[in-house]
Order: sequence, then C-alpha cells, then structure tokens
Amino acid sequence: MKRPLLLALLFLGLAFTIGAEPDSTILLNAAGATFPYPIYSKWFDVYHMQHPDIQINYQSIGSGGGIRQLMEGTVDFGASDGPMTDEQLSQAKFKVLHFPTVLGADVPTYNVPGVATDLNFTQKALSGIYLGQITKWNDPEITKANPGVKLPSDDIVVIHRSDGSGTTYIWTDFLAKASGEWKAKVGMGTSVNWPVGLGGKGNEGVSGLVKQTPGAIGYIELIYAVQNNISYGKVQNASGKFVKADLAGITAAGAGAAKDMPDDFRVSITNAPGATAYPVSSFTWLLIPARIKDAAKRDAIKAFLKWMLADGQGFNEGLSYAKLPQPIIAREMKAISLIQ
Amino acid sequence: MSTAATIDRAVPPPAGPRAFIARLRHGDEVAHVLTLIFAAVILLLTSLLVFELWINSQLSRAKFGWMFFWTKVWDPIFGNFGALPFIYGTLVTSVVSLVIAVPLGLAAAIFLAELAPRKLSDSIAFLIDLLAAVPSVIYGLLGIFVVVPIMRTTIGPFVKRTLGFLPIFQGPNYGVGFLTAGIVLAIMVVPFIISVSREVLLTVPREQREAALALGATRWESTWQVVVPWARTGIFGSIFLALARALGETMAVTMVIGNDPKISASLFAPGYTIAAVIANEFTEATGNLYLSALIELGLVLFLMTFILNGLARILIVATERGGGHP
Amino acid sequence: MNSFRLHWRKSLNLVMLTLTGVAAFAVVSVLFLILGYLVYNGGKSLNWDFFTKLPKPVGETGGGMANAIIGSLKLLFLAALMGLPIGLMAGVYLAEFGGKTFSFIIRYTTDLLNGVPSIVIGIFAYSLVVLPVKHFSALAGGVALGVMVIPITVRSTEEFLRAVPGSMREGAMALGASKWRTIATVVLPAASGGIVTGMLLSLARVAGETAPLLFTAFSNRYWSPGWEQPVASLPVMIYTYAIAPYDDWHRQAWAAGLILLGLVLVANLGCRLVLSRWGASRSA
Repeated sequence: MKRPLLLALLFLGLAFTIGAEPDSTILLNAAGATFPYPIYSKWFDVYHMQHPDIQINYQSIGSGGGIRQLMEGTVDFGASDGPMTDEQLSQAKFKVLHFPTVLGADVPTYNVPGVATDLNFTQKALSGIYLGQITKWNDPEITKANPGVKLPSDDIVVIHRSDGSGTTYIWTDFLAKASGEWKAKVGMGTSVNWPVGLGGKGNEGVSGLVKQTPGAIGYIELIYAVQNNISYGKVQNASGKFVKADLAGITAAGAGAAKDMPDDFRVSITNAPGATAYPVSSFTWLLIPARIKDAAKRDAIKAFLKWMLADGQGFNEGLSYAKLPQPIIAREMKAISLIQ
Repeated sequence: MSTAATIDRAVPPPAGPRAFIARLRHGDEVAHVLTLIFAAVILLLTSLLVFELWINSQLSRAKFGWMFFWTKVWDPIFGNFGALPFIYGTLVTSVVSLVIAVPLGLAAAIFLAELAPRKLSDSIAFLIDLLAAVPSVIYGLLGIFVVVPIMRTTIGPFVKRTLGFLPIFQGPNYGVGFLTAGIVLAIMVVPFIISVSREVLLTVPREQREAALALGATRWESTWQVVVPWARTGIFGSIFLALARALGETMAVTMVIGNDPKISASLFAPGYTIAAVIANEFTEATGNLYLSALIELGLVLFLMTFILNGLARILIVATERGGGHP
Repeated sequence: MNSFRLHWRKSLNLVMLTLTGVAAFAVVSVLFLILGYLVYNGGKSLNWDFFTKLPKPVGETGGGMANAIIGSLKLLFLAALMGLPIGLMAGVYLAEFGGKTFSFIIRYTTDLLNGVPSIVIGIFAYSLVVLPVKHFSALAGGVALGVMVIPITVRSTEEFLRAVPGSMREGAMALGASKWRTIATVVLPAASGGIVTGMLLSLARVAGETAPLLFTAFSNRYWSPGWEQPVASLPVMIYTYAIAPYDDWHRQAWAAGLILLGLVLVANLGCRLVLSRWGASRSA
C-alpha cells in the first residue's frame, strides 16, 4: 500500500527536473501594466526566440502591482502606465528610471443593445457617467452628441478596474481635466474610490465584463477593443472635435510631448491640444532600477531596451500602439547608460 | 547501543542521569520527543501565522483603531480604509448561500436517509462526497459562463417580476452581484450539508422512529418532529461547516460578485468580500498603509472563522455531554 | 381525532416527502448538469498542443499549458515534502504518545489551521517566504500548500492509527518489542493503507487551490527550473484565462478545468474505493 504514495512522490519529483534550463539562461521576472501587455508579450516572445538564453517572464497584474512589486524588490523591473508619483519615488529604497515604450490609448467601449455605430462622447458625458450622475443611455448629454442614433432607455452599467491600474490612471487623469467635480470628488490615480460601477480585473477583466454585459461601458486599451471586436466610441478632445482612437490620433497627441519632455520622461498627454489629437492617449513606461547588481541581468535588460527602441517599435502599429516619437527614442537611448 | 529491547514494565524506571541515558537508548523517549517536536511545529506555525497577521497590520490598526470596522470607505488615494463593505459582503453572501443551501440540503439529506433505498442512498452519497472535493476555481469558471448569464437572462428577471417589490430585489440586474455569488456559494456548500446531515440522521436509533410511528405519527411527522430534532446538533454542525467554507471562499466569489466595495440593500448590486479584495489587491497595494489595511482584513477574516470554529466546537461538546437528546 | 385533521396530516405527509425527493433530485441534477457542462466544454477544447506547448503571446490563438501542468505537479511535490512528514509524525504523536492537555492543544490548533481560509495562508506564506528573499517562488507556493496539507494528514493518520486493534500492539509487546518498535514495525504498516490514502486525499485537495498561489508562486509564461522561480499552475491559469475576454483563452480555461477536475476526482474516487474495501477487510 505504500507503493502508490512512493510512485506518486517519484512522479512529482520527476516533474521537478523537467524544464531545468542550462545555467547560462538568464531569467528576468517582471510585472505590471495590462495596458501594454499585448505588445510586451509579443516583444518578450520575439526577443526570446532571437536570444534563447534570455527569458523575460512578465505577469500582467496591473500598474499598481508593477510599482508595488518593483518597490518590494520581488521583480527585476516593473511596468506602469501611470508614472510613479514623487511620493512613491521617495518611498522606494532605490532610484527608479522611467522608460517610455509605446504610445497607447484608453477607449470607451460599450455594449448597447441595438447600437452598432460609433457613439460620440462629450467630456461632460463621460465624467457624468462615471460620477453616477448620468444613468441611462438615452440621457440628453449622450443623445445630443449622437443625432440620428436611436439610444435605448436601458441603464448604463459602469465598469471600472478592480485592481491598481495605469489604465485607470490615464482615464481618471483625463476625467480630472474634463471635470472639476471629478477632480475634487474622486481624483486621479491607479486606484480610486469609484462612485459607481462594477470592477473587472485587468484590461482583460473589464473587456470581458463589457463584452458579456448588455448596457455596459468600460475604459480599456485600444488593442483589447480591437482584438475582441467590442465597439468603442469617439471622445471629444480639447479642441471640441470628436476623435476615434487610432494611430494618427495617438501620434498627434504624443507629438507635442517631445519638446517639453522632462529628463525623467514622466509626462501626461491626456487632453492634448490639437484638432486631431486623441484626448485619452498616454505613454506607458518600463520601471527600471537605476542600479542592478547582477551584471548578467543588467546587460540583458540594457540590451533588451536597445532592441525595444529600435526593432521593437516595428511591432507597435500591428497591435494598434503608436511608435514613440524619434526625438524621445534618441533621448532614451542616452538614458540607458544611466543603468548601472 | 544495546539492541536487546527490554521492557521496564514491572519495575518503575530508576532515577538519575545514568538511568535517563538508559531510557534514551531504548528509543521510546526519542520517538516520543521526536513526534512531540513535529506536533509542536504545528503549534509554532499557527502562532507564527497569527503573529505575522498581527504585526503586519500594525500600521493600519494604529491609524484606524476600532473605526476600521465601521468605516464604509475604501479609498486608496486618500488613504482612508474601512472594513465595513467587506464584512457586509462576506456576511450577506454567506447568509444567502445558507438560505438556499440549508433547506435544499437538509431536504435532500432527509430523503437520502429516510426514504431512499439503502443502495441508492449510498451511491448518491458517494457521488456527493466526490463533488465536495471540486476545487473552487472550477466553480468560479462555471459561475462566470453558466450562472451569470442565467442570472442575467432568466433568474434575475423572474425574481424581479415576482418579488421585485422587496427592497432586496430592487435595482438593475447585472448578472454579477451578491445574489449570484450567494447562488454559486450555495452550490459549493450543499454537498457538505447533505453529506454530514445524512450521516447524522442515519445514526438516530430506530426505536425513536418506530416509537413515533407506533403513536400514530405519519412518516413525515416522525421524521420532522422526532428524528431531525434528535440529530439537531450534527445538523447544526454541518451548517457551521458550510458557513465556515462560505466565509473564506475566494476564487468563485471574486469571479462573480462584481468587485465593488459598496453596501447596498439590493442583492442584485455588486459587492465585495474580504477574501475577494485581498485576492484582487494584495499584489498591487502601493503604499504600506494600503497593504497593512489588507492584512488587517485578513486578520478579521481569520478571527471570524476562529470564532465560528470555536462555537461549533462548544456546540458539539455541550450536546455530547447532554447525550444528544432533544 | 376528526377526519379533517387526519386528512390534513396525511396530505402534508405526502407533500413534504415528495418535496424532499424533489430537493434531492434537484440538487443532484444541478450538480451533475454543471459538471457535465464542464466535461463537454473541456473535452471539446482539449488537444495535443494543450499538453505540450507553452502559452502564446496575448491575443494569438493556440499554445497550451504544458508549463502549468508540470508546475502544479512541482508545487504538489513541494507541498508533500513539507507537509506530509509533519502531518504523519504529529498524527503518530497524538495517537500513540500524547499527554492529555498537550494533545488537546495540538488537536485544537490543527482544527484551527484547517479552518483558516486559504487566502490568509497565502498572506502568511508571502510574509514568511517571499518577502525575506524578495522574489516569488515555487517554494513559497509549496510552503503555502504544505501548511494546508498538514491538518488533513494529521487527522487521518491519527484516526487510522487508533483503528489498529489493541491486540496487535499487545502481541508485539508480548514478544518483547519496545513501544517505538511496535509502532514502526507493526502499527504503522497495519494502518498504512488508510494513512497513505489520507495523504493522497490531502494532496488532491490542495491541487485545486488558487488563492494562496496568487502571491506566492505567482505565475510564469515559461518553464520554471528548480524551486526559486515563479511557476505557473493550472488553477491560476484557469483564473487568469477565465476572466479575460479572449475566446481562445476561454477554450483553454475549460480544457484546464477538465484536467484539474479529472485529476482531483480520480484521486478522490481511487482513495475512497480503496478505503472502503480496505476497511471492510480489516474489520477484526
């Protein structure tokens, strides 16, 4: 009778040895934003195929998670679409460098029965919906921006993030600029006290909820709406025009940033000026410790960054992310030498 | 070492260091001490667990004190954390699950113990025992793709049509929410209730039933007024077991409850439980106060299950002493 | 008594007894329907890739969960290594050596540990194993699961040791064996069937645990060598894929659910069958 247990343990023990990599493999652990997860997972996969000895294990647990785990030291680098605040940087036990990777956009996706066209959302409409003040799809604020579209009287099911999220940061940053009431009542950050709504985990969770819930509205990164065939609407920008998120609009929003980019690359481009700019665009950053003790890991990270800024950018547009403006790429290449 | 195993039975062990070493050689003391150490490790682990929970929630306990239990707000931006929405959610979902599972489970157990032929009863009980082993994440998977759509398209509207005047059934029906979480939990705990209640009902002596029937009671009356009360403690025990499981349930709940830290009267509204918020926010609590508040929630959950277990034990011990009579 | 009352009681009798039958039928059919749905969807989604390939980048279809399957086995191995010896020895202590008060304390603590929600055990393992070394690891996951294995093992070991008839012990002692010899060579082998199945049952129970792994073993898109790296596991993959919007991920979640359920049920079924047969042959 002891034999089954012995066999079971033997079998389990064998499992231990499977997947044992040769000693020369460099394993990097990273965690963070779900916003750029599609492009990051593509990059890490392609990079691993080109350099089989480097494995980057990225877990998309949300920007809040990326920041936290980086500060705890449980990952080699983090990722976030909300740059770390001054307070967080001072709390960190070591210096953190921000490296923008792509330009992306938060889009308002919705699942309204009977509506197949793109809806226009004014800034007041979006802030009103998320404040819980606009509760039905046929509210005047929405209908007046969408003449000719038959909007039902269904309840609006507001969906937000349940985890600490850079996508939330971008969205609330935009809402704070769009509405003074939002700024005072709720504020902006990776995790806020939402007045209303259901919480989904990650961009993935929000997309899933919107897709499955009639009447829902949620904010997700553009590629999630595209990959999952969920309708997303146009947002009114600072110039008053309704813009649908696309590469042109995102690039336009990011173009102005190059001039005023601070040295640490932390900048917000929501509600950017310009008639064609998409107002809920943002950079997203990799958070790299300035000092990395392990030489092999340090070189691997620096090599990856260089690849990312050159060849990596070629994959952006295929996944609906915009490329970084050239001047910013040049500055980042120089900044890589700061990693020691 | 002496290999001759002698037994010091008739003569009491002599005192003194030489005798101690002699006893050691026998190996019995060694075995005793060795196994005792392992047993003590369990004590150590549990104490360490409580200690870690206590220490790591220090920041939050110092800042909020007892107000933590009354505060409705969970605001990471302004650093204001309160446990009330989560305690509420945990209790509401557990109560809803029991309201559904206890009558159904007890009725099914009565059927299996009293009415079904023995073979049928045994095989069904065997299968139900197996079902109690199904992992939580699987129920979560089924919850998302089966229960939530059914809730949204069928059950929700039906309940609203018939009982929609009650405040607990007002408000929009999203498919996820307290009620859905309660239903999924009910499915998860009903096997425990059936399994334990059935066993307890089977131990009720035949004479009790026969005495009732001899006095002219119907089958139902004998069951409900004699047998079930006799087995009362065990049945309560199964309910406690189910409740303890429901309180700590994490995955299935977080996949169907809507993840919104609000207190609502309506069961259709989204909510949050202690276990679910820890699962969602633990890895990303930016800031020590935030993490500390989450750990304090873990401590609260631990205390809830601790008290529940304690009550269950007292119940069992007290009625064991009373002899199990109604 | 008047005949109205009699009729009322008789009708009530019929109604209530039928209701219990309905309840039993309802419960059993709901349970089987939903599990049948899982088997159907999972079976549809299984393919050879699932067992042999690694996950693909986000949004691309295909790939599999080979690393999660091995990862789960690895975690179970670590949990067994950590929890089974403690559980076994503590069970031996309680059944054979225990003094009254200390045994009570140990039993109470074991019950307490059994009732601790798995997410809290995850917090414990995080502060104990992850924080000091500053990275997620299979070891941390193994510790969390190992702690959960202990109570079940203790209880079943004690129960089956106690069930060994006193005559066997006395026989051994009469032949001159010391206490520990008796336990090691007579009592334990006699109880081994039950003890081993208890151990396998405890492993089957923790195989499906997700919550404690979320912040201990974390997850991994690749193979995870050794025990110091994050490791993928079936339950965590099911959770991650189920809440995402990608249909292909849903398909893989069903397949993984089927595998996990199959493993757990087969282990439980096997153990229970063995126990009932073994118990019957040992009643002496």
